[in-house]
Amino acid sequence: MLTWWRRVRIENELIYLFLRSPVTQVAAAIGLLSVLGALFAPLIAPTNPYDLASFDLLDSFLPPAWVEDGDPRFFIGTDDQGRDLLSSILYGARLSLLVGLSSVAFAAVLGTGLGLAAGYFGGRLDTIVMRIADVQLSLPAILTALLVDGVARGILPREQHDELLLVVLTVAIGLSLWVNFARTARASTFVERNKEYVQAAEIMGLHPLRIMAVAILPNILGPLMVIGTVDLAVAILLEATLSFLGVGVPPNQPSLGTLIRIGTEYIFSGEWWIVIFPSAALIVMIVSVNIMGDFFRAVLNPRLR
Amino acid sequence: MFSFILKRLVQSIFVMLAVSLLAFALFRFVGDPVAVMVGQETSIEDQERLREQLGLNDPVIAQYTRFLGNLVTGDFGFSYRTRQPIGQMILNRMPATVELGFVALLISLAVGIPAGIYTALHNDGVIANAILITTLIGISIPTFVIGIFLIYVFGVQLGWLPTFGRGDVVEIGWWKTNFLTLGGLRALILPAITLGVYQLTLTMRLVRSEMQDVMNTDFIKFAIARGIDYRTVHYKHALRNSMVPVITIIGLQFGGVIAFSIVTESVFQWPGMGLLFLDSIRFVDIPVMSVYLVLIALIFVIINLIVDILYFVIDPRVRLKAEAS
Repeated sequence: MLTWWRRVRIENELIYLFLRSPVTQVAAAIGLLSVLGALFAPLIAPTNPYDLASFDLLDSFLPPAWVEDGDPRFFIGTDDQGRDLLSSILYGARLSLLVGLSSVAFAAVLGTGLGLAAGYFGGRLDTIVMRIADVQLSLPAILTALLVDGVARGILPREQHDELLLVVLTVAIGLSLWVNFARTARASTFVERNKEYVQAAEIMGLHPLRIMAVAILPNILGPLMVIGTVDLAVAILLEATLSFLGVGVPPNQPSLGTLIRIGTEYIFSGEWWIVIFPSAALIVMIVSVNIMGDFFRAVLNPRLR
Repeated sequence: MFSFILKRLVQSIFVMLAVSLLAFALFRFVGDPVAVMVGQETSIEDQERLREQLGLNDPVIAQYTRFLGNLVTGDFGFSYRTRQPIGQMILNRMPATVELGFVALLISLAVGIPAGIYTALHNDGVIANAILITTLIGISIPTFVIGIFLIYVFGVQLGWLPTFGRGDVVEIGWWKTNFLTLGGLRALILPAITLGVYQLTLTMRLVRSEMQDVMNTDFIKFAIARGIDYRTVHYKHALRNSMVPVITIIGLQFGGVIAFSIVTESVFQWPGMGLLFLDSIRFVDIPVMSVYLVLIALIFVIINLIVDILYFVIDPRVRLKAEAS
């Protein structure tokens, strides 16, 4: 009863503070727009950039429509292969968000699960999980992601690698992000597990799994949510970076990072739009996620208020 | 003190053992080393002989021990791609990365710490807010986009600075340095800024939050109540007490800079270790990958160890807590 009441209070505060923070509202609106744009890309986008028949090499390197030599068919211009840039960006954002969300979900489930178990059972399990976390922490996220990708390249045959690339990418990014979830979940579980409601549940003879999932988890969700939001920005950034380095998404399905890499080849020859627009889309997306993360952190961390 | 250092040392060795195990597994079980080394027309018997020669038929434990022994004695094996000794390859590339990382770190600290202090002390000022918004954007712009933007403005449009490679280097023994020629220094500017921006925002945010925390403590409030002038309170009492975590940042950032230089080196075609690692991933050059993994982990572990010991020396609270337990 008490926890339920506390949760409603926090939620109301969340809504109250949200209504008083115009910056966060703008960020949320942009975030929502990009999610919608990504979700309905096949419906909104003028062309399908994955469909080889839908673009023509003759249309390549067309500048945005408002510039001289621009073509009204391609509002923000075309890339080196004549693909409509706007469509590519919409499809690319779709891929970036998909990989970002699924890798954060992967990291959250793995990290929270391990952290809960470590904090609840303590002892040897705790030591093992935290030692693994130590090892993981001694490797920077980008390195982990690159290594996992490299290993997958070595193990999987070439044909399968392209098909599984998105899964590999999700695992690679997810593995580099789980430690934060695990550490936070473990620390909060330590605090919660000695409280009376957990003891009551133990005396009632509930299964430890049930206690962790139903009793403890809802009470430690706050800080995990903050990490989730912040990590979403990190995941999108990592995906873009990997794709930019040419080890990320399949080449025939460009994400924002791939588009930027293609664009950099042409900045010296003056085709600036190929690199500028995908970069802008990526930055706007990450900034809005980061602003929301900052907001969550400020609301859920009483010390900052 | 001694027992604390010993405990941390044992922990570090454990981490390194785990990483080396990982590197060994990578080297041994990802792909078949023999198949990579020989051509397609080599007979099965020859392959088997090579396998026996390399000791790949020994028990796995024995192989791991040998792998570990080789690592410790500095024998890193040969690259699949270039057939050169890996130790030599990495040593050739190291100066470029270290110099780039050093300058980037310098930029990040020289700008980040003062900016952090300023924003903490002038909480709602216009300039402080402007700095904060800038850093939020700075943290959100991917490193490679910053690099491309700098190349476009200063390389393509203005034509002021070189945009790829190291420029002129001077050799001092085996160490090739950028610092001694004008061309080398000019080539350093754009990559170092690119690499430093992200670290700069991190530094600033950490210094700011630490300083704010200290400003809220009782002893600062008391100092202000006593009528000590703000300058002394801010720069003598508050600053000194918020500098402890900065040691951590400096340490961790050096590791971060080395790791993130992978991206910057790729944008500017800077011939450092990061570019080498990237090439080895593209060509599935497993031995180089596993050595690089061990090397980066070693850098991180050593830095962490130094930071922890420094903490222990500088912060009496940490010392007391460790002694109590």
